[in-house]
Amino acid sequence: MLFQPINRNYHDFSIVRDKDACINCKVCIRQCAYEAHYWDESRQKVMHDNAKCVGCHRCEALCPTSALLIQKKQSDFKDNALWKPEFIKYIYKQADTGGVLLTGMGSPVGNIPVYWDKLLLDASQVTNPSIDPLREPMELKTFLGAKPVKLEFTKTKDGSPKLKTKLSPNIELNYPLMFSAMSFGSINFNLHVAMARAATELGICYNTGEGGLHKTLYQYGKNTIVQVASGRFGVHRDFLNAGAGIEIKVGQGAKPGIGGHLPGEKINEMVSVTRMVPLGSDAISPAPHHDIYSIEDLHQLIFALKEASEYRVPVSVKIAAVHNVAAIASGIVRAGADIVAIDGMRGGTGAAPGMIRDNVGIPIELALAQVDQRLRDEGIRNRASIVAAGGIRCSADVVKAIALGADAVYFATAALLAVGCTLCGKCYTGKCPWGIATNDAKLAKRQNPDVAAKKMVNLVHAWGHEIEEMLGGMGLNSIESLRGNRDKLRAVGLSDTEMDILGVKHAGR
Amino acid sequence: MKRVYPNKDYCIGCHICELACITAHSKSKDLILAYTVERTGEGLSSCKRVHEGGPTCVALSCRHCDEPACVAACISGALQKDPESGRTTYDREKCVGCWSCLMACPFGAIARHPLENKIVKCDLCFDRPGGPACVAACPNQALKQEER
Repeated sequence: MLFQPINRNYHDFSIVRDKDACINCKVCIRQCAYEAHYWDESRQKVMHDNAKCVGCHRCEALCPTSALLIQKKQSDFKDNALWKPEFIKYIYKQADTGGVLLTGMGSPVGNIPVYWDKLLLDASQVTNPSIDPLREPMELKTFLGAKPVKLEFTKTKDGSPKLKTKLSPNIELNYPLMFSAMSFGSINFNLHVAMARAATELGICYNTGEGGLHKTLYQYGKNTIVQVASGRFGVHRDFLNAGAGIEIKVGQGAKPGIGGHLPGEKINEMVSVTRMVPLGSDAISPAPHHDIYSIEDLHQLIFALKEASEYRVPVSVKIAAVHNVAAIASGIVRAGADIVAIDGMRGGTGAAPGMIRDNVGIPIELALAQVDQRLRDEGIRNRASIVAAGGIRCSADVVKAIALGADAVYFATAALLAVGCTLCGKCYTGKCPWGIATNDAKLAKRQNPDVAAKKMVNLVHAWGHEIEEMLGGMGLNSIESLRGNRDKLRAVGLSDTEMDILGVKHAGR
Repeated sequence: MKRVYPNKDYCIGCHICELACITAHSKSKDLILAYTVERTGEGLSSCKRVHEGGPTCVALSCRHCDEPACVAACISGALQKDPESGRTTYDREKCVGCWSCLMACPFGAIARHPLENKIVKCDLCFDRPGGPACVAACPNQALKQEER
């Protein structure tokens, strides 16, 4: 193309317009945040520039005559097993810009096994009865937090028993599911409202992420986990006491070892007030917590937060799944955390360097199995609940995660998919055409909280029904009976080492 | 009465309501024919207009007021208030194209027909089984028909 870098035509998508169906109504022009569609004055019709298309499918979804098709552009590069097209394009891009390759959510890593897909669930046959969840009660209620080693009772005057053991604060969930941390700023206010309302209706929790909690959302506090991260954005006494739990975020699965960066353009008035940062200035979360350099330091922060919240709520520590995750988790529990959240490498993000997202960390399945085993071996599993996160795609993944040892799972990518996200991975541009990862007033209103909350509620209801079906099939009537019950899992096509780490047998055994 | 209420907070300015309106009031009931043939040839136009200013947009159409200024202004009796349904009705045959109603309407919700001396005004899709087409088509539920 004229006046453009020579590699501009190596774009990812092609817009195919059905000439018979297109009526030039301009809906696509109004919907595209990247200006891939435009009105050509001289031709008097809608035209498009394929090079600008990010593959978000917004135009295709809203085209009233179904005239649009977004297709992957067939790569013209010669086949090469080593130099896959994405690597070639990365190099062209970096040769042009000299910068770090930024990406958003939807980890596309292809060569690392998705262990969920290699695990199969059991079902009852003949020797033990399966349970029909439509006829019999099925318990999905989950409590997160420390559990006592034993329960002691005393007798009251009239002879009835009274609990003597002092119980630790727990978070009560109607489903073993929570919306993971997505900060106000990285996603907009409409979606925070939607998540808060959905979590309240469902009796589960959502997580504020690092970005504070808007004053109008304090009313949903019972279903909120407030997060404290390395930038301490939006953290103050009222905030710490607003939720049902406090989470210290040490790491994120999509970008272990690095901090966060909310660009100044995304810091509007509301975000600025909630985060307690100046309007329009970049909000940078450091890579480490500058006050945590050891388990002892973490212990201090955990108890500082417990003091600040008067020991009313459990404190969670969230870490990214990395090589030594089991030992770290053990340290976290010994430091006094009531919940350990582990975020696998396939977790989502609003912005992360592509090299980090695709190459750092380990899959959640392996990390989860190892953490659960380690805490059991050390006899401290009851002292903390485990929450698994990072790439939970469906209810079967949830069931497998619980069988591997999780108490509950965090999911966010699935929640955003429910409200329209198509995983185009351009969250970092701040121009999300689906109105999700953007604070642009014109784009953000594409998320109507009424619609979004309903969709999130529907998704969790659907998963809940499916979880009940799977539990019933296994002859279990409570999610508690599945937790860490690896006998309900079998592996297909995994090596002895992988099965050893996961603690499961091969199918057929 | 149930009116169509726009919500400017969630109107995304896609103009799909206008397309739905055109289709619902076309002879063909086919968007492609309505937009390309009937609109250009016969001046078929939407009773609803999306107004935009900065990031704000809102889809406006006849409010079917309790005391409609247009009915009071109408010199030919084409505009009437239907006491039963509450709708402000328009009789195309009686209309003489004087534009008094256009000037009287406080919402600017009445438009001139592009080709004839007639007006274009929302009829709440009274004969459409699923209710107003714009409400059904809005992808963000920014239009609602309800009692308020």
